[in-house]
Amino acid sequence: MSDQNKLKLETNALNTWCPGCGNFGILFAFKKAISSLIQEGTPRENIVLSSGIGCSSKIVDYLNLNSFCSLHGRPLAIAEGVKIANPKLKVIVFAGDGGTYNEGISHLIHAAKRNIDLTVLVHDNRCFALTTGQFTATSPQGFKGKSTPQGSREEPFDPLRLMLASNASFIARGYSGKIVHLQKIISAALKHPGFSFVNILQPCVSFFNTTDFYNQRVYEMKDCDLGSRQKALAKMQEWNYQENEKKIPLGIFLQVKRPVY
Amino acid sequence: MEKDFSIIIGGAAGQGSRRAGLLIAKAFQSLGYYVFVYDEYQSLVRGGHSFSSIRVSSTKKNSSSSEIDFLIALDQRTWEEHRHSLKKEGQVFYNHDYFQIEKEKRAQGIVATQIVEKEKGKKIMENISLVAFFLGSLGFSEEALKTLFRKEFNKFQEINLKIAQKSFEKSILIKKIPLRKKKQEFSLLTGNQALAQGAIKAGLEFYFAYPMTPATGILHYLAGSTGRKAGIKTVQMENELAVANAALGSAYAGKPTMLATSGGGLALMGEAFSLGVQAEIPLLFINSQRPAPASGVPTYTAQGDLSFSLGLGHGDIVKFLVAPGDAEEAAYWAGKLLSLSWEYQTPSLLLIDKQISESTFSFDPEILKKISPIQIFPQSKNKSLNYQRYEITKNGTSSLAFPGQKGIVVKANSYEHLENGLTTEQEIEIQKMQDKRLRKYQAMQKVVNQVDAVKVYGNKKSSQAILVWGSTKGPAREVAEELKIKMIQPLFLEPFPEKRIKAALQGVEHLVLIEGNALGQLEGLLKSYQIIPQEKILKYNSRPFLASEIKAALNKIYKNERSK
Ligand SMILES: Cc1ncc(C[n+]2csc(CCOP(=O)(O)OP(=O)(O)O)c2C)c(N)n1
Ligand code: SF4
Repeated sequence: MSDQNKLKLETNALNTWCPGCGNFGILFAFKKAISSLIQEGTPRENIVLSSGIGCSSKIVDYLNLNSFCSLHGRPLAIAEGVKIANPKLKVIVFAGDGGTYNEGISHLIHAAKRNIDLTVLVHDNRCFALTTGQFTATSPQGFKGKSTPQGSREEPFDPLRLMLASNASFIARGYSGKIVHLQKIISAALKHPGFSFVNILQPCVSFFNTTDFYNQRVYEMKDCDLGSRQKALAKMQEWNYQENEKKIPLGIFLQVKRPVY
Repeated sequence: MEKDFSIIIGGAAGQGSRRAGLLIAKAFQSLGYYVFVYDEYQSLVRGGHSFSSIRVSSTKKNSSSSEIDFLIALDQRTWEEHRHSLKKEGQVFYNHDYFQIEKEKRAQGIVATQIVEKEKGKKIMENISLVAFFLGSLGFSEEALKTLFRKEFNKFQEINLKIAQKSFEKSILIKKIPLRKKKQEFSLLTGNQALAQGAIKAGLEFYFAYPMTPATGILHYLAGSTGRKAGIKTVQMENELAVANAALGSAYAGKPTMLATSGGGLALMGEAFSLGVQAEIPLLFINSQRPAPASGVPTYTAQGDLSFSLGLGHGDIVKFLVAPGDAEEAAYWAGKLLSLSWEYQTPSLLLIDKQISESTFSFDPEILKKISPIQIFPQSKNKSLNYQRYEITKNGTSSLAFPGQKGIVVKANSYEHLENGLTTEQEIEIQKMQDKRLRKYQAMQKVVNQVDAVKVYGNKKSSQAILVWGSTKGPAREVAEELKIKMIQPLFLEPFPEKRIKAALQGVEHLVLIEGNALGQLEGLLKSYQIIPQEKILKYNSRPFLASEIKAALNKIYKNERSK
C-alpha cells in the first residue's frame, strides 16, 4: 500500500447527525466498502464523491476524499459531468430521497437510461429531514409532518420499480441497520460497470423513526437470478413503501450488462 | 467606387431560401466583397414566410438595409411582403410558374418549376434555379457559377449543375458587379460558429447543451465535423439544470467547459451559476437573447436580458459579463472569457442575441490569433500534502487542483466553507471566505481597465454621442460615421468599466442611449454611475435596429435640441 492509500478516511469535521440516525450505519458501511476498494487497487485520488443538500449529503464532510457538495437535487448531474470529463475517476453520489426522487428526479431517470458508470446511494429516510420532516415521494400515505398535519394524501412510488422502468443495470436495496449486508451491496455496486443504484432504507430518529418497523420486516433475499427483469419485478412488488405488514426484501434485485455510456 | 447593395431572397419554410441566401453571399464574397446576412424565419418547420437579407458592400457593414436593390421571390408572398422595400431602380426575380407580376418593368420571371421538373430535380431546387438566374443577370460567368455550385453540392451535384446552367442561360445581363481586389481572406461564419471557434482556440474541451433557439447552432456546429476535428466533446442532457450542473462537474474535473442557452434556459441555470461562484468553478455561460418575457418570439431578436444577466445568480456574485457586438468580438471574447474564468476561477457570462448568433458575417480569422490558450497552473507536487482548495491568498485566487492528482484531496463546496473545503457556519470563517472572493472581484475590476472594455467609434471629438451595446453596434456605427458623431460601446458590463466609459464621455455634452428593449435596461446601470443619457432610442418589436431608423430618430432628437 502506498503512503497515500494509508491516509485516514476521516476528516476533523464535527459530525452533526442526531444520535441513533441511520446515516451513521451508511457512513460505516461505505467506509468499509471504499477501504477495500482502495486496498484492491483503486487509487484513492481517483475517487470522487458528489452530494446534494440534506442531512444525508453532509456525509462528504466526514470523508477525507475528493468531493463536491453541490445543490439540492443536483449531485447526480454534477457526478455525470465529472465522469464524462475524466472517465478514469470512480464517482459516487450520496443523496437523500427528497433530493433524488423529488427535486432531482429527472437526473436519476436519465442517468439510469444512459447507463453512465456511477454509483448512486440514496439515503431513503422517506422524508425531508434537514427541513424538519415534510413528506417526500417515498413517504407512506398518511405521513404526518408539519406540512401534512392530517397526513399526506399521496401514495408513495417505489424507486426500485422506477429504476427498473428506466432500464437501470444494477438495482439494490439495503438497510442502514444491517451494516455488513449493506457493505456487501455497496461493494457490489462499486464494482458494477455502468449505472448502479442502491436505495438505502434509513430511519430518521427525529422525524420518521422507522427503526422498529424495518427491524420487524426486512429480510435478506437469497441469491436470486440477477438477470431476470420479471423476477426482479416480482420481488420488488412484495412491498410498496406503504405502512403495512408486508415483509421487505433486501439485496440486489437486478444486475445486467448494458453498453456503458 | 464604393459599392453597397442589398438582396432579399424569400419563400415558405422548406423552399430553401436560407441555403440560397448563403449561396448568394458566397458568390459575392468570392468577388471580394464583404457580406452580412440577416435571416428571418418563423418558429415553424413548413409554410410561413422566411427570408434572408444579404448586404453586399466594399467596406464592412454588420447590419441590413431598409431598402433593397434585388428581390428574389420563391413564392408570391415574398413579392407581396417585400415589394414596398424594393428600390425604384431595383429588380425582382421570381418563379413565373407560381405567379405573375404584371405591369412591372422591374420584374424578371423564370419558369423555375418547369426547369426543375425537366431535369428531374426536387422541388426545393427551384431555389438553385433562381439563384443562377439572378447571378447570371449580375454578370457572373458560367464558369464562376459552376465552381461555386460544385463546391456547395456533394449530393445531386449533376442535377443541381444542370438546373443552374439551364436557368443561367435564361438570364439577361442587367449590370456587371466588378471583381474587387481582396485585402484579406474572409470566412463566412455565423456568430454562433465564430464564438465556437474562439472558444476552441482558447482550449475548450467540453460543451454541454439542451437545444434552445438561438443558441442551438453552437451545439450543431460543435457536434459536427468542425467540433469533432477540434476534439470537442458535446453532451446533450435532459434539461438545463442537468446541463449547468454537469458542466460544473466537468470543470471541477479540470476540463475547459462551455454551455449556451437563451433566457429561459438561463433562468433554469441560475442556481448552478451561483454554485459556480461559491465553489469557485471556472465555466463559460452563453446567453443568446431572443424576445421575452417567457417564450417570447423564439426565432427573432432582442436585447431584453441585460438586467437579468446582470442579476444572474443569488448572493454576492463574482462574475464577468461581456456583450460583444459582432462575430469577431463574439469569437474573441468567448475565448478570452473562457481564459479569464480559469484565471479567476469563477463563472463568466457572454451575452449575445439572435442577431449575432444566427446572422452570417464576413469573419476575419486574424482575430483568432489574438486568443491564447487557457493557462492552468496545476498545484505543485511538493505542497500537495496539505493542499487546500480554498486557501486564503492575498489576491483571492487559490491554486487549482483536480481529482486524480496523487496526494491531493479536492473538496468543492456549495456551502460556505473553510480553506480545506469543509462546511462552516462560523462567522469569522464565513467573513474570511467572502473577503477572499471579494479580493478576486477587485482583481477582476483591474482586468477591465487593462483590456478593450469600451470601444469608441465615429467622430471621437464630437460633443454629441450615442451609447450602444451588443448587436446594435452594427447599425449604430454606420450612423455615427455618417453623422460624424461619437459612438461609445461598452463590451464589459460587469465588472462595470466605469473609468473607461467616463474617459470616453470626456467632452460629450449630449448622450443618446440606444438599445433593443422596452425598459431601457442599460440606463439603470449607467445612472448608478451618475451617467445620465439625455435621450433614449428603444426598439422592442423583435426586429434588429436598422441604420435608417437610428438615423431618423437621432435627427429628430437633434432637431428638437436645436429648436429648444
Ligand atoms: C433548491 C432548493 N430547494 C429547497 C432547499 C431546502 N432543502 C434543504 S435540504 C431539503 C430536503 C432534504 O431532504 P432529503 O434530500 O431527503 O435529505 P435528508 O435531509 O432527508 O437527508 C430541502 C428541501 C434547498 N436547499 N434548495
Ligand atoms: S434529522 Fe433525521 S436524518 Fe437528519 S440527522 Fe437527525 S435523524 Fe438523521
